[in-house]
Amino acid sequence: MHLKELTVNETVLFAVLSLSAIGVASAVILYFVAQKFKVIEDPRIDVVNEILPGANCGGCGLAGCRAFAEELVKTGDLSKLNCPVGGSDTMKQIASVLGLEAEEKEPMIAVVRCNGSRINAPQKVIFDGASSCAFAHALSAGESGCPNGCLGLGDCVVSCKFDAIYISPETGLPVVSDEKCVACGACVTACPRKIIELRKKGKKDRRIFVSCVNTEKGGPAKKNCSVACIGCGKCVKECPYEAITLQNNLAYIDYEKCKLCRKCAPVCPTGAILETNFPLRKEKPGEPGTEKAAEPVVAG
Amino acid sequence: MKTFKLGGVHPEENKISAGKAIEVLPLPAKVCIPVSQSLGAPSKVVVEKGAMVKTGQIIAKGESFISSNVHSSVAGKVTKIDDVIDTSGYKRQAVYIDVEGDEWEEGIDRSPEIIHDIVSDRDTIIRKINEMGVVGLGGATFPSHVKLMVPDGKKAEYLLINGVECEPYLTSDHRLMLERGEEMVIGVKILMKALGVGKAFIGIEKNKQDAIVHLNVICSKHPGVEVVPLKVKYPQGGEKQLIKAVLNREVPSGKLPIEVGCVVNNVGTALAVYEAVQKNKPLIDRVVTVTGKSVAKPSNLLVRIGTPVSALVEFAGGLPEDAGKVISGGPMMGKALTSMDVPVVKGTSGILIMQGAESKRAAALNCIRCGRCITACPMGLEPVLLAQLSENQLFERAEKERIMDCIECGSCHFTCPAGRPLLDYLRLGKNKTGILIRNRGKK
Repeated sequence: MHLKELTVNETVLFAVLSLSAIGVASAVILYFVAQKFKVIEDPRIDVVNEILPGANCGGCGLAGCRAFAEELVKTGDLSKLNCPVGGSDTMKQIASVLGLEAEEKEPMIAVVRCNGSRINAPQKVIFDGASSCAFAHALSAGESGCPNGCLGLGDCVVSCKFDAIYISPETGLPVVSDEKCVACGACVTACPRKIIELRKKGKKDRRIFVSCVNTEKGGPAKKNCSVACIGCGKCVKECPYEAITLQNNLAYIDYEKCKLCRKCAPVCPTGAILETNFPLRKEKPGEPGTEKAAEPVVAG
Repeated sequence: MKTFKLGGVHPEENKISAGKAIEVLPLPAKVCIPVSQSLGAPSKVVVEKGAMVKTGQIIAKGESFISSNVHSSVAGKVTKIDDVIDTSGYKRQAVYIDVEGDEWEEGIDRSPEIIHDIVSDRDTIIRKINEMGVVGLGGATFPSHVKLMVPDGKKAEYLLINGVECEPYLTSDHRLMLERGEEMVIGVKILMKALGVGKAFIGIEKNKQDAIVHLNVICSKHPGVEVVPLKVKYPQGGEKQLIKAVLNREVPSGKLPIEVGCVVNNVGTALAVYEAVQKNKPLIDRVVTVTGKSVAKPSNLLVRIGTPVSALVEFAGGLPEDAGKVISGGPMMGKALTSMDVPVVKGTSGILIMQGAESKRAAALNCIRCGRCITACPMGLEPVLLAQLSENQLFERAEKERIMDCIECGSCHFTCPAGRPLLDYLRLGKNKTGILIRNRGKK
């Protein structure tokens, strides 16, 4: 077949026409495909996602805020899911969008349960390996010799996305900021010694907890650290609300049961029970432990 | 000269104590014998507080397949069964014994006479090795009887005896080959009989020329046992490197040496096997090198298991003033001790006292991507990548990059010009990846 030579105008015309034809054909195909494989998404997911803080910290136990929004809308159940970062304000807003009732959840905070500072638990050996708690934990009991105590190398600091935790240069222990901590629990997972725990934030940030996780018997525990819990059980007897339990030579205060009556702290012979943000006790001569409790306590 | 091909480094040898004959350390007043002294499940204590024990009496029984018996290394009274800080840096269960006299358990042949004839059959040999608590004395303390039980479908062709001692400073195996070579070679013959192999190679690095000559003379009387001189290169004492060096065979990733028809044992283990089978003597003592640049009297000591490290250091002239670190093992793979009361265990090959200045680590700088660690790795891994993965907790990826093949020789860290703690992160990664793999098996 003989092809006629095309002029410039004709070439342009053919190109425009053929491309337009392809475009129209594709649009038609895509339209039907889109109809066929349409993903129907609840519009509320987007709304809920907008309300969420967008930190994607994983503190709710799901993979980011979007996943949390999807799960919320899908289950329609607010009782099991909670955004610790947004707190009850956010949850109330979400509840109003979804037409549900939000339970009032008390805010939580990360609490460091070790008071083995350089003074309380003097350094016995020097660790000069990689600056990682996980590695130091695998290698030895640590610089103070306490096999459960804080190693002070800051795996928790690295894990925190909210800049809410830092290692105090004086004590060598992590300090949690009351304002910044959102209780996402990242540091709880990061700590190889499970020292950090999420506890109730408490009114006016007042908390009472046993600042020790050492499970050794009294003697060996005391040898490494002057403020270790020795498992004597005095606080257990003192507590009027049965909030304190003793397991593996270690006392634990249940924050659900604790009424912050402050009776346990003065009886502790080692001063392992810490009170934060309480007003100073009134001096009562002759009362045991008064001095200890009056000491400035570590925030956290 | 034979050697392995891939990677490797050559640290300063510093074999200060090589010329010192083995001395017997006087009995300590007290010993503390940790119950778990081998890989595998912990052993169960079978003595009670207050009981009188004789030297060589069993005090803890290994109950599972991979575990081994522990015997009393002294005669005396069990004062308590309590925790002791061991090489791991943590407290472990141990039996404390106050030494009273030195009465040995009956049936142990203590005469210096060398018994050449091997009368025991294969099963008796393995049973005796098991009963006498013999474990690999190279450092990994793998129960020796397990190594001799070749799994079905596999066949051992060669026995390799590890006399390489590639760790700087350490000389205990060297002295042992020189002074107890005759007995050691009989131990090799016993191992060969148990495995049913006709050929054994003793790999020795060229820096121990006297041991090579000495063992060559002995081996000429023992057909089937051959000494293989090897080029000096670290980590030639790793079993996979030794197999590659001697036989030019490569153990596949994640497999044991039996896969290529080899069983590797240390020279110390061979001697312990001789004593267990021919003399009925349990593993209650071992040769330990006490050394260091400032140590007054570097020595090779025959030490009863459970002796505190402080007693060894005292014998070698006390702790030098400029001591920086006390290390159990060699400078490359050894572990710094956190207490001088740590007892000598079956896996303790040396006590190295490093000077303050040389023991200090340089500050870790940024990686400059020079790739020296990759060149140095004897397993063909990429330490820089694995360390990063481990630091960022990407353990599944690390597993794909064969982190479990790492033999923790420390060549990467040694060679790193930026002083990065590569081995620390590799060890951490191996540990975590191992947990990941084991948990996967459970599900």
